Amino acid sequence: MNILKIRSIEDLKAIKTKYHPLIKQRLGHSNGLGLTQILVCSGTACSSSASQALLLELEKEIKLRGLENNVRLIKTGCFGFCQHGPIVVVHPGEIFYCRVKPEDAKLLVEAHLVNGKIIEKLLYREERTGAKTSQIAELDFFKFQKRIVLSNCGVINPEDIREYIARDGYFALAEVILNQNQEQIIDIIKKSGLRGRGGAGFPVGKKWELTAMQDVTPKYVVCNADEGDPGAFMDRSILEGDPHSVLEAMAIAGYCIGANKGYIYIRAEYPIAVNRLETAIKQAQKYGLLGENLFNSIFNFDIKLRLGAGAFVCGEETALLHSIMGQRGEPRPRPPYPAQEGLWGKPTLINNVETYANIPVIFRKGWEWYYGHGTATSKGSKVFSLAGKIKNTGLIEVPMGTTLRTIIFDIGGGIPGNKKFKAVQTGGPSGGCIPEKYLDLPIDYESLKETGSMMGSGGMIVMNDDDCMVDIARFYLEFTQDESCGRCTPCRVGTKRLLEILKRITAGNGEMEDLEILEELSYDIRDASLCGLGQTAPNPIISTLRYFKDEYIAHIRDKTCPAGVCKNLLEFVINEEQCIACGLCAKVCPAGAITRDPKQTYRINPEKCVKCAACMAKCPKQAISKGTVRPNKEVITDGATGIFTGSDSQEERATL
Amino acid sequence: MERQEFSPGPIVKKKGQLYDNPEKKVEKINLIIDGKKVAAEKGMCILEAAHMNGIEIPSLCYLRHINEIGSCRVCLVEVEIKGVKTLQASCVYPATEGLVVYTSSPRVRRVRKTMVELLLSDHHRECTTCVRNLNCELQNIADNLGIRNIKYTGEMKTIPIQNQNSFIIRDYNKCIKCRRCEAICSKVQEVNVYSGINRGYDTVIAPAFMQDLSQVACITCGQCVIACPTASLTEKECLESVWEALEDQDKYVVVQTAPSIQVTIGEMFGYPVGTVVTGKLVAALRQLGFKKVFATDFSADLTIMEEASELLERLKNRNKLPLLSSCCPAWVKFAEHFYPEFLENLSTCKSPHEMFGALTKTYFAEKEGLDPGKIIVVAIMPCTAKKFEASRPEMGTANFKDVDWVLTTRELARMIRQAGINFHDLPDEDYDTPMGIASGAGSIFGSTGGVIEAAVRTAYYFSSGQEMDLLDYEELRGFSGLKEAWVKLKDQTIKIAIAHGTGNARVFLDRLKAGEQFDYVEIMACPGGCVGGGGQPIFGTREHKEISLDYRHNRADALNRIDYSKELRRAHENPAIKKIYSEFLKHPLSDKSKNLLHTYYTPRGKLPELNQGDIKGHVAGQVKVNMPPQDDRLIYQ
Repeated sequence: MNILKIRSIEDLKAIKTKYHPLIKQRLGHSNGLGLTQILVCSGTACSSSASQALLLELEKEIKLRGLENNVRLIKTGCFGFCQHGPIVVVHPGEIFYCRVKPEDAKLLVEAHLVNGKIIEKLLYREERTGAKTSQIAELDFFKFQKRIVLSNCGVINPEDIREYIARDGYFALAEVILNQNQEQIIDIIKKSGLRGRGGAGFPVGKKWELTAMQDVTPKYVVCNADEGDPGAFMDRSILEGDPHSVLEAMAIAGYCIGANKGYIYIRAEYPIAVNRLETAIKQAQKYGLLGENLFNSIFNFDIKLRLGAGAFVCGEETALLHSIMGQRGEPRPRPPYPAQEGLWGKPTLINNVETYANIPVIFRKGWEWYYGHGTATSKGSKVFSLAGKIKNTGLIEVPMGTTLRTIIFDIGGGIPGNKKFKAVQTGGPSGGCIPEKYLDLPIDYESLKETGSMMGSGGMIVMNDDDCMVDIARFYLEFTQDESCGRCTPCRVGTKRLLEILKRITAGNGEMEDLEILEELSYDIRDASLCGLGQTAPNPIISTLRYFKDEYIAHIRDKTCPAGVCKNLLEFVINEEQCIACGLCAKVCPAGAITRDPKQTYRINPEKCVKCAACMAKCPKQAISKGTVRPNKEVITDGATGIFTGSDSQEERATL
Repeated sequence: MERQEFSPGPIVKKKGQLYDNPEKKVEKINLIIDGKKVAAEKGMCILEAAHMNGIEIPSLCYLRHINEIGSCRVCLVEVEIKGVKTLQASCVYPATEGLVVYTSSPRVRRVRKTMVELLLSDHHRECTTCVRNLNCELQNIADNLGIRNIKYTGEMKTIPIQNQNSFIIRDYNKCIKCRRCEAICSKVQEVNVYSGINRGYDTVIAPAFMQDLSQVACITCGQCVIACPTASLTEKECLESVWEALEDQDKYVVVQTAPSIQVTIGEMFGYPVGTVVTGKLVAALRQLGFKKVFATDFSADLTIMEEASELLERLKNRNKLPLLSSCCPAWVKFAEHFYPEFLENLSTCKSPHEMFGALTKTYFAEKEGLDPGKIIVVAIMPCTAKKFEASRPEMGTANFKDVDWVLTTRELARMIRQAGINFHDLPDEDYDTPMGIASGAGSIFGSTGGVIEAAVRTAYYFSSGQEMDLLDYEELRGFSGLKEAWVKLKDQTIKIAIAHGTGNARVFLDRLKAGEQFDYVEIMACPGGCVGGGGQPIFGTREHKEISLDYRHNRADALNRIDYSKELRRAHENPAIKKIYSEFLKHPLSDKSKNLLHTYYTPRGKLPELNQGDIKGHVAGQVKVNMPPQDDRLIYQ
């Protein structure tokens, strides 16, 4: 079938009129169509807990009962409640089911669709109150959120451009192309107060203006979708749930700065996002929303994908540009900035996914509306991904200025297992650890910076008492050290030396003067490195030294790991009084370290023990405990301590 | 087509080249460095601006116009903007009007020291046994910063040294990842052998897959050796073998010196650039124990005789034009790798030192009644590529190589020092006869344009029977990357061109590919020709003077002075040459000369170790170009 290309706002409106009723129902309004819609989350997290199999099962069951004319199955993007996936929402009624397995499909169709009964066991039980909730809006997880960027995630089918148009998509593009000029666009973005969501928070309007000012052609628009922070998945979720918002924003950017070509640099490790983007680009081209003469103007714009091979440093803009051009992904000194000399030496506008996703909203709702959200210096909302020791792992969006406490305890549900909150790491490997005393800090770019961390792209990893802060610093250093491109001295050699010192400390071989060197070298690397990766690489050390210095000292002076993480500082002991000599521990021990003399209880030979904690897990009487090495005993270390090679991290950490 | 006589061609300015654009407008700016108001030019980096005002900022990775990547972070300075001081790499940070810079504040000194300490913590510090001892930029900087102990210790990588090839040794353990080798190879020479491999601490700058240089499309020019601040890249030394040969009573060791050695060896002993020390050079070699001290200039004259004749022959038949010179082995290898379609056009002449070797072991041996098997030919060359060339199987017979050992200028200087010879006090001595007699034409082989100038002098004579006015060639002596001119021979005017630096050669060869017509072209792989060769002195100083074209120009001027000072300035006037033709070779391009003085070429492909479709590498069935039909010297037993 030949699709008529969209040439005017009227064409957009026609599509919107046709598809809006479906969307309306999903937003909780009646549409009079008498349709039932089942929304199944198809983001990466839910897909990996079998939401796609569930989808097939549901389809089968619906067909089996001949309901296909009255029921529609819709794939959606991420709802954010990843901890309890797969998520299924049934409209009308907005019934929210979680942890739905493929084998629940039959029940869901039979009970809910045929008999109209709500299935209790698939509802979410609010832990705070113990009550089961069936309505999305009533869930604590969603109650405290303000979804601006994610407003389409979990509502529309990301693989259908018409649903995006029904949500007023591409109207902003039509509006700017038909009625606005460069200055007006830049003015709106400047007034909205939008800042780059990729890390440093550079004012977006200023960047666009700088690129638009350049009197060189061609120019390029680049979207940085190389999200590489451990535990961060904001950009992935946006691309999976609402890819067209990014495409629309890039086209607006292209129109604004005078570029005809856009590139999205995305990691190849995001297969679903890549797939959805490909589909979205194809559909947009089919509908004439990308390509030549957009909205019958003389403006042409097209977008290409570039897949990255997973180097963290390629998230740095100049390294990313090198990678797009087929060169080794290494940053270069700035100035000149990409706005002056970017891809192939031409002016290039480069923004991150979330930044772009904010653009259509600003045009749709007006800059005044957008400016009304957030704090004095940071406007709008921010998407965070919650991970680590938190009940509700997932994707959330809150206005700037929300406190950490709201995010972690109200939305995130707090720390599981009655453990105590210790710190939260924001900003990924480049950020820092924020301790409990800052829980009530309203977060924005400036406040996070003051605590020694940073906004970064929005990863949030929560830690509790079981986490050793020295080990955490070591973990992040290992990451950045491994991901350093190797170009400049401080990052290439300096981070290696930092890591070696940290490894010494976690192995129990640290000395007090190491702390001094650690601190000094950290600041030197921060000040002297070529790019953002190196400049922020010591942040985890600087912030943990600032807030958790006592833990460092415990490792060095007392040779103990207070959190019980660092293996070399641990010892496993069997309590002879509790031991019933069942022998399970000896059976499970992989190292043959547990033996007993006749008629005696079992003992662990510390020389042989590999500190895997398997015995501890197996013991029916909880007779085995892990403790710190006795102070009067010399810590066993291997001769090569301090000279480790790269990949021993997991073995160096106790499993519990 | 309109004919112009001797109009210099357009100056080709490409990124990464060594030249300043003379037409560039200079805009003056003022900035404040260390509290002093100083003047600089717009577009300069802070480091250059400081240098212009007598303030030296140490640096390791910086090579002006070639490597400006700010990677070593040794040149950090404090830049004050709106009251906030940040550390910036002065080699890439542009000097702007009113900028406030501190080059030696306590913070700068401390961080700079940290950077060098970090580099040293990953550097095999074998200074006392290192070939670059006292001549190493890293060592100098460490000394200047007063580093007495290194706070940071830890893993130090040990990677096996790559020394399988015959020309360049790569010691990864001394590499500081400044990327100067990579930059000069890719931006100046456009050979692209080196690149970064691996990430983070495991980064190495190496040929693809860390192969040996002999396994990749390396042209062996040695510019990377000149660029290296440490001893990570060095020539393959063969000093010991030469010493052994000299001690061996059974051997008759003959030495030849390339034309450019007489103007550069002095620099190794403190003479100013461009000092001609021919007499002392000869005296030193004689004192070292060489039986005969000859000049490659002699065989350069011979090359002219052969190549000029070849040119006239090709002009007569109008085939295989343009004739491309073949004196530079790095250029020859470059053509074999990247432009095999032009191998037909390469002159079949061997390079002068190989001609010399072949004649020493035939003509000279016959004349002196020596057993050629007992003659050892040592060549003092400004070049690492000659080391490779000497090891080519086609350069010699089954029984002996034309040239046995090739020493670079640097190696010879080391040899002279080892022997305890006081170079300054040496008397001036003359080369031995007959193979030490050379015309001025042979001497100018050492700089770009020299070969073509010398050949044209003789070709003119051959074609018209008259001598040409020598002053006409001045135009061809400039140092722009590409020069073109028309030359009038007797009955025709030929179009000639000169390129130096293989990056420039690429530009030129691509024009040839596009269909431009030339008759005779000289290409030298190193910028400036042999005076800028990969075997020439390295000083290990911040100015990197040995890399600058100005410096190389000064050396070339010295060669031109030698030419002017000589009575004999045309190869065909050289009595020794006349004699060798009458006694031995008969005439240029005779069967005997073809046999001894000419060679053939092998397309190697860009991936020499792989068989690449129609262009086969040397492993998979050699395709030989210009191979003489009957080659009785190449009977392998």
